[in-house]
Amino acid sequence: MNHDGSTPDALAARPRRPAWAVQGERALEALVRLAGVSAILFVAAIFFFVLREAAPVLVKDDFSLAQFLFSTEWYPTSASHVRYGTLALTVGTLSVTALAMLIAVPFGLGAAVYLSEFCAPRLRETLKITIELLSAIPSVVWGFVGLTVMSRLIVSTTGAPVGVNVLNGGIILALMSVPVIVSIGEDALKAVPDSYREAGLALGATRWQLVYRVLLPAARNGLLAAVLLGVGRAVGETMAVLMATGHAVHIPGSLLDSVRTLTANIAAELGEAPAGSDHYRVLFLTGTLLFLITFAVNLAADFVVRGIRRR
Amino acid sequence: MTRPVSGVPWFRLSGLVALGALAACGGGGGASKPAKSVIQNKGSDTMVNVAQVWAEEYRKAAPDVEVEVSGGGSGVGLAALLKGAVDIANASRDIKPSEVEQATKNTGKPPVGFTVGFDALAVYVHKDNPLSEVTLDELYEIYAEGGKATRWSELGVKIPGVKDDTIVRVSRQSSSGTYEFFREHALQNKDFRLGSRDLSGSKEVVELVGSTPTAIGYSGMGYATPAVKMLKVAKAKGEPFVAPNVAAVHDKSYPLARSLHVYTLGEPQGAVKSYIEWILSDAGQKVVEESGYVPVPPDQRPKH
Repeated sequence: MNHDGSTPDALAARPRRPAWAVQGERALEALVRLAGVSAILFVAAIFFFVLREAAPVLVKDDFSLAQFLFSTEWYPTSASHVRYGTLALTVGTLSVTALAMLIAVPFGLGAAVYLSEFCAPRLRETLKITIELLSAIPSVVWGFVGLTVMSRLIVSTTGAPVGVNVLNGGIILALMSVPVIVSIGEDALKAVPDSYREAGLALGATRWQLVYRVLLPAARNGLLAAVLLGVGRAVGETMAVLMATGHAVHIPGSLLDSVRTLTANIAAELGEAPAGSDHYRVLFLTGTLLFLITFAVNLAADFVVRGIRRR
Repeated sequence: MTRPVSGVPWFRLSGLVALGALAACGGGGGASKPAKSVIQNKGSDTMVNVAQVWAEEYRKAAPDVEVEVSGGGSGVGLAALLKGAVDIANASRDIKPSEVEQATKNTGKPPVGFTVGFDALAVYVHKDNPLSEVTLDELYEIYAEGGKATRWSELGVKIPGVKDDTIVRVSRQSSSGTYEFFREHALQNKDFRLGSRDLSGSKEVVELVGSTPTAIGYSGMGYATPAVKMLKVAKAKGEPFVAPNVAAVHDKSYPLARSLHVYTLGEPQGAVKSYIEWILSDAGQKVVEESGYVPVPPDQRPKH
C-alpha cells in the first residue's frame, strides 16, 4: 500500500491502521459508489420495463407510430375504428406545464432572491417553514382545490362555461411547483460565496445590481436545476391535473379550454385496460413518451447551461 | 363442477376466490361438511358488479353454495352458456334466436331467461336550460363523431344569460359501461366526437352539468339533483317523448333503458334454481336497487 512513495523509514514511523479499518473503508467506498451509480441503474431499469410492456404493439401491422405521435384522435375502445393518437394529450401536457412555468418561475425565483438576499432572518425562518409546508400538501388536495374553489373563481371572473381547464390546471401546477423552485433556488443563491457579495458592494453596486449582475449569473446552474425540478413536478403531476383540467381530448384554442394530459390519461385508463391488450401497451408507450419528454427537457437545459458557460 | 374458466380477467375473480379460500379455511378442515356446490356465472360487464354483490350476499343466505362470477360481456357469457360451460349467463340484451337454436342443438335444452332488473340512463341539462325534450337523433348530432350540433341555437334553444352558447358535452371515461351503453343506443355504436369532458363518475357528470348552464350530460337516473333537469327522450322525431322513471323503464317506453337478464340451460334445477329465486326475492332486488339499477316490480317477478 505504498502509493505515496515515502521511504520505508517514514512508513515504519507512521502507526499502521488495522486491517479491518482498511477493509471497512473499502466496503464503505464500494457502497457509496453503488449508491451513486444506482441512479443510472434505476433510470435504465424503469425505462426498460416500461418499454418492454409497450414494445409488442410497436411491431403490430395495424399500429402506426406516426399516428400515435401526430394524430389527435384518441379512441382506444371504439367499437368500429380503434385509433391511438396522442398529439392532443401531448399538447395538453405541454400547454398546462408551459402556463405553470410562466407563473411559477418568476414567482419562485423572485421568492428565492427575496429569501436569500433581502429578508430579515426571523421572517426568513417563518417563510421557509411555510413554504416547506406548502410543498408537503398532497396533490389530491390541490386537485380538490382546483375542482371546487379555483373552478368557481374562474367561472365567475372570466365567464368561461366550465371552470376546469388549462388555466385552472396551470395555476394549480404553478402553486405546486413554486415551493420546489423556491427552496432549491434559495439554496443555490446561498451557495454563492459571501466574498462575491462583498466585492460587489465594495465596487459600489446597489443591491439590485448585485443580484442581477453577480448573484444570478453565479448561481445560474443551481437556479436552472430549481426550475427543472419545477418543470419535472409539473409534467409528471397526475392527480391534480386529472381533477383540474376537465379531461377532454382536445387541442386547446384558449386558456379556457379543457384538456387532457398524458399522465391523467394513463391514470384514468390503465386500471380498466385488460393486461396485455393493445390499449394497455399503448398506455405504456404513452409512459415512454412522457419519459422521453422529461429526458429531452433535461438534456436541453444541460446544453443551455453549457452554452452559457462557454461564452 | 370444477370447470376451467378461460379468458376470465383474474382480478374480477380474485376477490371471490380469496373470500372462498378464507371461508374454506374457516371450516377448519371439517371432514363432515357437505360438499360445496359451485355455480359458474359469467357475462355482461354492466352486471358484473351487481352479480358480485349477489354472490357475496347469497353466501350469507346459503353458506354451502359458492357463486363464481366473471365478466367479459353479454355475448361472452351467452357463448359460454351455449357450450354448457357455465350455469348462469348474465346478459344486458335479449338472447338472439340463433343463440337459442345453437344451445338447443348443442345441449338439447333451450335457454330460459329471467329478467332480474333494469338499467336506465337519464340525459341531464342545467335547470335553467329551457330544453325539456330530446330525440335520439339530436343526441347523435350533439355527441357523435361527425355530428353537427355544436351550439344550442342550432337546436333552437336559447339559454338565458349566456353569451357563448357552445354546447358543453359531458361524457364518461371510455372504460365505463355507461359510456358503452350510451354509445350503443344513442350513437348507434359510432364514436363520440372528441373534446367532451370525460368524467370518471356518474355523480361528477351530474355535478358538472348542474354548475354549467350550457352543459348536457348522461348518467344513471338515480343521480338527479335540484340543479339539473332530466330530459324526456324520444326514439325519433314524431314519436312520443318519455320521461325516465321507474314506470317508463318497466313498460320499456323509455328509449335509453334495457332489461338485465340471467339465462340458464333449460329450467333451472337445484342450487341454481334457489339462487335465481333468491335474486328475484326482496333481498336480491335490494342489491339491484343499491347498485344503481331499477329492480323488477313484485308483480312482474316470475312465480315459483
